[in-house]
Amino acid sequence: MPEQRVVDADYLLLEAPRERKFITGAQAMAEAVKRANVDIAIAYPITPQSEVMHLVGDIWAQGYLKDYYRAEEEYGAMSAIAGAVRGGARAFSATSGPGLLRGLEAIASWPGHRIPAVLGVLTRVVNAPLSIQPDNVEIAYLLHSGVVVLHAENQQDVFDFTLASFVISEKVDVYIPIAVCTEGFFVTHAKGYVNMTPEDMKLPPRDPYKAPVPPTDCEIPPARIQRDAPVQKSNFMSYLIHAVWQQEVWSSNIRAMKYIYKYLGGPIEVVNPEAEVFVVASGCAAAQGREAVRYAQLEGLNVGLVKVKSIRPFPEKEIRQALSRAKAVIVPEHNIVGWLAKEVKAAIPNSDIVVGGPRVYGGMTLPVELIMEKIYNALGIKKEKKVVV
Amino acid sequence: MKRYNIRIAGVGGQGVVTSAHILGNAMSAAGKYATLVPFFGSEKRMAPVEAYVRVSDQPIYEVGEVVYPNVIMIYHPQVITHGKSYTMPFYSGLKENGLVIINTDVDIIPEEDWNILKELNTRVYMFPATKIALDIAGTELATNMAMIGLFFGITRIVGFEHIEQAVRERFLGNTFVASGGTTALDSAIEKKFKKKMELLEKNMQVIREAFKIAEERGWVEEEALTG
Repeated sequence: MPEQRVVDADYLLLEAPRERKFITGAQAMAEAVKRANVDIAIAYPITPQSEVMHLVGDIWAQGYLKDYYRAEEEYGAMSAIAGAVRGGARAFSATSGPGLLRGLEAIASWPGHRIPAVLGVLTRVVNAPLSIQPDNVEIAYLLHSGVVVLHAENQQDVFDFTLASFVISEKVDVYIPIAVCTEGFFVTHAKGYVNMTPEDMKLPPRDPYKAPVPPTDCEIPPARIQRDAPVQKSNFMSYLIHAVWQQEVWSSNIRAMKYIYKYLGGPIEVVNPEAEVFVVASGCAAAQGREAVRYAQLEGLNVGLVKVKSIRPFPEKEIRQALSRAKAVIVPEHNIVGWLAKEVKAAIPNSDIVVGGPRVYGGMTLPVELIMEKIYNALGIKKEKKVVV
Repeated sequence: MKRYNIRIAGVGGQGVVTSAHILGNAMSAAGKYATLVPFFGSEKRMAPVEAYVRVSDQPIYEVGEVVYPNVIMIYHPQVITHGKSYTMPFYSGLKENGLVIINTDVDIIPEEDWNILKELNTRVYMFPATKIALDIAGTELATNMAMIGLFFGITRIVGFEHIEQAVRERFLGNTFVASGGTTALDSAIEKKFKKKMELLEKNMQVIREAFKIAEERGWVEEEALTG
């Protein structure tokens, strides 16, 4: 491995020179970890999985991480992440689908324990029946956990979001974990161009004393819950502490927004802001939406895209503003429940303009042609289909 | 804007996924754009395998399988004759004015399918890729080289040196694993050729031959495709 030198976080994220590589999404995530000065990674590589934790194991062997081990299962892996982070380490893990759900009890406790960690979520279906394809319904399970949730569109986003998340999650006024989600397979196993910072530069190490809750100090509520649960002393005290801390966790989640602006250029990206019909999408569906905008331009139709990068905190204000003059809003999704459509509808006053779909499930591909159909419908255009399906 | 959305259908062991990577890397070597997605289940020899590659001189955002291709490449006649394919019929989703390349010695397309292909104004090119691989490289494992050779020979979207760079990367460069079986295949074929350089040269000869065929038969085209 090259000798790495520590550089200022803002410099690394915003100014450092970049080199373009043609790599998979799994490689992009591991390359971000390589530059993040991570102390420990803990893996439980179930199948279906991506190669992320395997590649992180490789870079540990090369000396980029201090420690790496395979846990007994996901609950153990995610609990150990909490322990490592409370002990002052910078930690990383990644999982997917059933693995995320198995670790969810521990993951949902991270924000309340003030665990600044980064978790890669490379989506796969939630059973049953078993499939190994990249449905993203599992993101819905994270939305109310208090975790910051980012949704990457492509390999470049995976690199950028992962590297920035280590910085954002450790900000004292945030100090909660960040899940960097992207569709398994479509992004993790596929190659794309990624502009990456130099291999020989890394983030400053974690400073565990720069924290709202000093590490392993078991006398300060609510960290005290580590040692003896308040409920054992007084039910009255325990629910007060819990209530206060719930507010604090969700305030922290909202406070992450200013750093999402600073390091990721904001929670949304708008293409063609003057459009009359908008596609609003996140993750891979945003890539398909971007392509739909291109198709529409070829046909002279006025269509725009709102790509949602941050699902938690959810950019209500920004979306409301971007859609203030829209005639119709199409929300394509890779899941049957339509979690993004629900969020978008709740964010705007005229929710009847939102078309919940097209949706594909079971991790099927989402052809741009399906999005185009909804666009034609919204614009009242009749098309004669000439493809054999 | 030039854009080829390619669906490759073949059977396990033919190097469908490997050649998709080579297609993508050749585009990257030429400073152009490509995305690729492999698709297989519990793969084994002779079971259906598909791969999807999108290539363009413009950025590509689309991901996932290609449901509506404008290029279809059939690596094995059994994809059509035995229905060894995830997508049936083999031309399902094919857009108008598309391109179909089939590895076969004889015309294996039933009449009713020909009618549909003609209605879609499809250019159908059949050529014996496996026979060429056997004649030149002495192994049918170079079938995939003949197929991508013909595709590039027809479309001319990258230079020959870019293809060579991608093939070189694949066989001499970073270890790349398309699937568990790839490693075993690699060592088998390396034993056969003793030297990787020889293997590389044979592969390039097969690609050169496919280029020649495209030229001799008047299949070369440099028309912009959109889709």
